Amino acid sequence: MTVATRLRSRHLLGIADLDPGEIELILDTAVAMKEIGTRTIKKVPALRGRTVVNLFFEASTRTRLSFELAEKRLSADTMGITTAGSSVTKGETLADTARTLEAMSPDLIVIRHAASGSPHLLSTICKAGIVNAGDGTHEHPTQALLDALTMRERKGRLAGLKVAIVGDLLHSRVLRSNVLLLTRMGAEVRACGPATLIPLGLKALGVHVTTSIDEAVKDADVVMMLRVQHERMYGLFLPSLREYFNLFGLTPARLAHAASDVIVMHPGPMNRGVEIDSAVADGPWSVILDQVANGVAVRMAVLYLLAGEELT
Amino acid sequence: MMAQATTAHVLKGGRVVDPRAGRDGHFDIRIENGLVAAIGKNLPLDEARVVDVPADFVITPGLIDMHVHLREPGQEHKETIATGTWSAVVGGFTGVACMPNTDPVNDSASVTQFILKRAADAGFARVYPIGAVSLGSMGDQMTEMGDLRAAGCVAFTDDGKPVATALLMRRALEYAGMFDVPIIEHCEDPSLKGDGVAHEGAVAALLGLRGIPGVAESIMAERDISLAELTGGRIHVAHMSARQTMRAVRDGKSRGVRVTCEVAPHHFTLTDEALREGAGYNTNLKMNPPLREEADRLAMIEGLRDGSVDIISTDHAPHHADEKALEFDRAPFGIVGLETCVPLCLDRLVHAGVISLSRFVELLSSNPASLLKILGGTISVGAPADLTVLAPDAPVTIRTATLVSKSKNSPFDGWSLRGATAATIVGGRVLYANPAVTDAARFVIT
Ligand SMILES: [Zn+2]
Repeated sequence: MTVATRLRSRHLLGIADLDPGEIELILDTAVAMKEIGTRTIKKVPALRGRTVVNLFFEASTRTRLSFELAEKRLSADTMGITTAGSSVTKGETLADTARTLEAMSPDLIVIRHAASGSPHLLSTICKAGIVNAGDGTHEHPTQALLDALTMRERKGRLAGLKVAIVGDLLHSRVLRSNVLLLTRMGAEVRACGPATLIPLGLKALGVHVTTSIDEAVKDADVVMMLRVQHERMYGLFLPSLREYFNLFGLTPARLAHAASDVIVMHPGPMNRGVEIDSAVADGPWSVILDQVANGVAVRMAVLYLLAGEELT
Repeated sequence: MMAQATTAHVLKGGRVVDPRAGRDGHFDIRIENGLVAAIGKNLPLDEARVVDVPADFVITPGLIDMHVHLREPGQEHKETIATGTWSAVVGGFTGVACMPNTDPVNDSASVTQFILKRAADAGFARVYPIGAVSLGSMGDQMTEMGDLRAAGCVAFTDDGKPVATALLMRRALEYAGMFDVPIIEHCEDPSLKGDGVAHEGAVAALLGLRGIPGVAESIMAERDISLAELTGGRIHVAHMSARQTMRAVRDGKSRGVRVTCEVAPHHFTLTDEALREGAGYNTNLKMNPPLREEADRLAMIEGLRDGSVDIISTDHAPHHADEKALEFDRAPFGIVGLETCVPLCLDRLVHAGVISLSRFVELLSSNPASLLKILGGTISVGAPADLTVLAPDAPVTIRTATLVSKSKNSPFDGWSLRGATAATIVGGRVLYANPAVTDAARFVIT
């Protein structure tokens, strides 16, 4: 792997566009950023004078707060637009919103949107760099990067790790980004979920696909649980959440078959008693709070690499 | 209506390809008073004006596109009957059949008459309205098909969606059968389609787009073929895209069911892989049925080659640029097709060796004319002179900005192809001569 010194694109639209060297660069930069978070004055001037717009068309408290904190720590000027109360609800199109923003000359636009490909549409209209903060059921690249940082911290490597990802595989952008990142970095990915929630073509991405959680978890170094939404029952995907927990919920008994030093991850927000037993979520395996802390560091790294001056 | 007597003209020098008349060779065609007056070798000129046609140009019976959305009445910001029929003429079509999903829906004779009046006023391609199967295409009550037929409808469909229930389709096949008119079906199982926006496969999975499986189409086709078998009615499968549907239609034909099918050029030239190109998510690649995978595209090609596909139609579906400049999920389905069809078919089918020129004429003229029992499909003495002149070897680069359709929503921008429309003659008048491939001054017949 050649180590990158900069990113080739001025956007982060998805993990699909990153090569292994660029992924390493972001993770290494995130390690440096994390150190800033331990200082008394948690602020560097790396994005001073730069404008970052947070465009959140979908409710997401944790991702939005994480980006905002990352921007503040880098001294960027930030503006936030959320769906409620904005012109979006008055029927303005995304393209029009983008053109309006463009007139304010932002350096970066962070976008979260329910439609897959929205950041890509924005990238064809705006001069600003676009950061995908989650688009529909497509990608959530900064989530996969913070997950990778967490795994690397705990395990010292990504290559060769056995990672089980369990849950709603069909609707999960976290799954797509993680699969792309982990397979690219040489990890072994097992994806597990009910047959109704497995997308066609997942195997082609080099993933072992199974409907047995025991098979997925066996000897795993990392178990990542994905959120299962209540709404899925209405699309005839699931008969009940009770049955889902019986067949796919992560319990201490199931986790006993994983590697002895297994870590358990969850992108949040968790549905306790649906995809994960509280005893697991709050147990010694859980690195869920590490993920939150790493989220800020990874987002600082991405923003800095896309728009920053030299780090001091 | 034809004008009074005009100068006679003789088209001289072109290769005439007319499979239904068993003709493929260099013949003269005499046009008089808008009609074909004679066809043969070395016709006497009398006082006729000669129109020299280059020897490598091909004259065919006028092309007919039996699946066009003209959008008028109701959505004139996308297309009007005038702009749509002009787009047809520029694309080489002398006739189009238009879909009833306008606003209001063409479910009554008054709407049919309005369409025909507008088409006559425009004076470009001939228009053959298709009536709705059900009132408002809502799937509840059957339209007055007798009245619609008398007003000029040539077929019935609830296109845009499938005929809602098996019972309604059964009744429609029986009832339309009294007039020997086909039911055209937009084959799609609504529950399997759900809120899908792209073909269900590896590409949709990667792009995070909700999928529509190929069997959503074939399951509905199988229902309809079974009902056509039961009733003896005629079912026509519109814009076929999935290999499973091709198999169902072949099976039906082999059992003697009166089933026919059509394929649109985008389904034999593109696959869902195109969605990944450039920044990705190009909404001009969003249509229903969606672009499918390579195995499906090859099944369409095979059907075109072996004769299982009866017709090529464009599913010309204009949308305003503002409507397509949306998130992929929200953009409407459909692309324009009238002006890109001929180059795509000549390049990707004829020059690629998939089909012969005479099969091209069957697919784009003879078969739609037979299916709809309308004028044309062959060049016959005494019939209106509806002719298409092709320059099969002329290079063409598609520029969507120069399309004459009111909408420019085509994924073929920048494609370089071989084969163009040289001229389009409707009722003996040259309505269009392509300045890029022919000396327009020569191609004047009025
Ligand atoms: Zn349709």
